Amino acid sequence: MDLQPKLDDNIDGYGVPIPDISDGPLHEITWDMDKNEGKSVNQIKANNIEPYPEPLVDIPKDVKNNIMVTSVDYLLNWARKSSMFPLQFGLACCAFEMIATAMARYDISRFGMEAMRASPRQADLMIVAGTVTWKMAVPLKRLYDQMPEPKWVISMGVCATSGGPYYQSYSVVPGVNHIVPVDIYVPGCPPRPDALLYGIMQLHDKVRRYSLTTNPAGN
Amino acid sequence: MTDQWKGIVLGKMLNQILPGCLVSTNKYDVWIENENLLEVCNVLREKQEFKFDLLNSITAVDYIDYFEVVYHITSLSKNASAVIKTKVGFGRKDPSLSSVVGVWRGADYQEREIWDLLGIKFLSHPNLKRLFLWEGYPGYPLRKDYITYDQSIVTENK
Repeated sequence: MDLQPKLDDNIDGYGVPIPDISDGPLHEITWDMDKNEGKSVNQIKANNIEPYPEPLVDIPKDVKNNIMVTSVDYLLNWARKSSMFPLQFGLACCAFEMIATAMARYDISRFGMEAMRASPRQADLMIVAGTVTWKMAVPLKRLYDQMPEPKWVISMGVCATSGGPYYQSYSVVPGVNHIVPVDIYVPGCPPRPDALLYGIMQLHDKVRRYSLTTNPAGN
Repeated sequence: MTDQWKGIVLGKMLNQILPGCLVSTNKYDVWIENENLLEVCNVLREKQEFKFDLLNSITAVDYIDYFEVVYHITSLSKNASAVIKTKVGFGRKDPSLSSVVGVWRGADYQEREIWDLLGIKFLSHPNLKRLFLWEGYPGYPLRKDYITYDQSIVTENK
């Protein structure tokens, strides 16, 4: 049996048509792609002027008034905090500290977080480890949008928090909170694994205080 | 240790092969007329006495009155290196220079970077697109007269 699917000569593995290079060199044909990318970067730069506030959990009013949950809250929050899978996503030198945190010496598997997911669809936590440039802001926003709710974001290091040494640079986002709402900021350049672990524990405390009815996150 | 070509010696030899290509020399550097750059690079690459077969780097500097493009080149067979420079874009108007991708293939990305950040146009470059910034970016950020358009976006976090 032939397991390999038969592919059309003009269509690649993802079903996207392969450009016909008989018209000229490939880089001439990809101009449209470059222009579209530039347009989306300019768009995100023009629209994301104000930083997002700290995220809160929206609770419908009827649920707030009519249901009393205590043990369910506890169980839910315990489950959420005990297996919070981070997204495998590093941007700059902070990523190495994040990798060190995941390795045996610091070992985030103690918190049930050792499974770094390579797909945003399986991840609960995005650790933005490193400098976010405007060109990277578009993929970052897309990754965040692909993560299932509930989701959390840790901004690791000064670059992700405020731009850091690249503050007011022509290509760097002045804080990743312009792109996505951030729960925990970990200062440092780069922060040691201990600091990231402390940030993760702070996030766990925050998740533990969630309640379906009374407490939105962060209170 | 790699020998550094003396600019005076290199300039004298180049002036014998291609008369009139030289602007000036000093202890380490040779300044070339920008129209003659491609011929000079071909000579430096091909002639037996030079054999500069490796392009270490290309850099550009903004001196406000003009731009200067700097080529660091090395001869691996003779274990010698040299620095050649050329001045373009006098009066900051339309700086353009012939591309040396035909001579050293490694010039491709570096010339794209200079085009991206300083706006020096390399004529007959096979793929002159922005390298680090995106299409539609306003201006060339490493120029001295560049004004950061992002000042408005940096607001105090309330």
